[in-house]
Amino acid sequence: MWRVGTVVALHDETATARTMTLEVPDWPGHLAGQHVDVRLTASDGYSAVRSYSIASAPNSEGRVEVTVERLPNGEVSPYLTQEVAVGDRLGLRGPVGGWFVWRTQQTEPIQLIAGGSGVVPLMAMIRSRVSAGSTAPFRLLYSVREPGAVFYRDELHALSAHDHSVGVSYAYTRTAPKDWPRPPGRIDATLIATGAWPSNLGPTSYVCGPTSFVENATDLLIAAGHGRKNIRTERFGATGERK
Amino acid sequence: MGITSRGFSGRRSAADVKLPPGQYLTTDFPVLSAGPTPHVPLDRWEFVIDDGTNVLRKWDWKSFRGLPTETFRVDVHCVTRWSKLGTSWEGVSLDTILADVKTDASHTMARSYGDYTTNLPLKDLTNKQAWIAFRFDGEDLAPEHGGPARLLVPHLYFWKSAKWVRGITLMHHDKPGFWESLGYHNYGDPWREQRYSGDE
Repeated sequence: MWRVGTVVALHDETATARTMTLEVPDWPGHLAGQHVDVRLTASDGYSAVRSYSIASAPNSEGRVEVTVERLPNGEVSPYLTQEVAVGDRLGLRGPVGGWFVWRTQQTEPIQLIAGGSGVVPLMAMIRSRVSAGSTAPFRLLYSVREPGAVFYRDELHALSAHDHSVGVSYAYTRTAPKDWPRPPGRIDATLIATGAWPSNLGPTSYVCGPTSFVENATDLLIAAGHGRKNIRTERFGATGERK
Repeated sequence: MGITSRGFSGRRSAADVKLPPGQYLTTDFPVLSAGPTPHVPLDRWEFVIDDGTNVLRKWDWKSFRGLPTETFRVDVHCVTRWSKLGTSWEGVSLDTILADVKTDASHTMARSYGDYTTNLPLKDLTNKQAWIAFRFDGEDLAPEHGGPARLLVPHLYFWKSAKWVRGITLMHHDKPGFWESLGYHNYGDPWREQRYSGDE
């Protein structure tokens, strides 16, 4: 069933990523980690649909936020990040997906590992934890190219500075901030040892990012003793389209 | 729903390319999996046909690779909307695998290393419609794409083509597999756009 979402706010996260807030009066609600299909329709009826992770916590206001990263050769993402204006209406279907989700009843430690725009569904989990008043211990290990590529920077900073139960660690792969203790590089065993929950605490891990990132991070988790059954993944391929 | 997207014209595929509804063409090969990639050594790999109680047939890698193989080109369609045309594979036909199996089962459950499952009617696995594939584009199938071997059922959405397949259970009644229990369509015909559980 397709619904209509009206764009009520736009916010640039980075030079290439934008968050859209959509008002969907008949939205049935969602779980943190689910995605939504967004449909654009041309004047001759041609339409294109892509799936985007929901960034917002479940709420009762019928509002859904998605953060879209612009892909250089994308068909839909350039429109959503550059053309869309407040007041525009988009076709929406969802929420979709029942596996890569965090439910507020979960009390075990949660390890989130994000590569680039893979942080979006993980941010929905963090926001869901906050809005539900959950005390489940959360850690986020967030890998980005450079400081300017961080999504939700101020919100993550506030959470890690003032609410120590959401710990945030960054891995910069190309350019690190000045005086950063670790040289630029991918997530490695040392960073897993210092920035992730140890396996003996029984955490559930959610890993989201490009395929090679997810392969590397999950191999490191398994090498550090984490059980395969406690690792959930969401990968996006070279096309960058999300599942 | 009569809304149009101001200024959106889209990028259509060439007129001679026929894709299932709602799909777009890609030339790369995205990877979609719910968990870590299993790495299955060939000397521990096995493939089993069972009826839920008894093992009916069983192969290790060596005996499996002794079966006659086919090379074939097929189009694959992922429920996340990418389609990839003319992909080149080598594998063993399910007609070969099931040739000596006598059964009155109607349904099957494909089972994978890593505990993934997906359900298919038995009639969708026979008659030159399905393979256990172990080479893609002339190379051994990479672990992230389902190697050592994956089920390939190209006339259904690609989640039905279970990666890291380790066996098929023959069943007298249908039951949902992994994604089929999590909001995706039970059958998954791309030409009828059967993506999600509510679709016709």
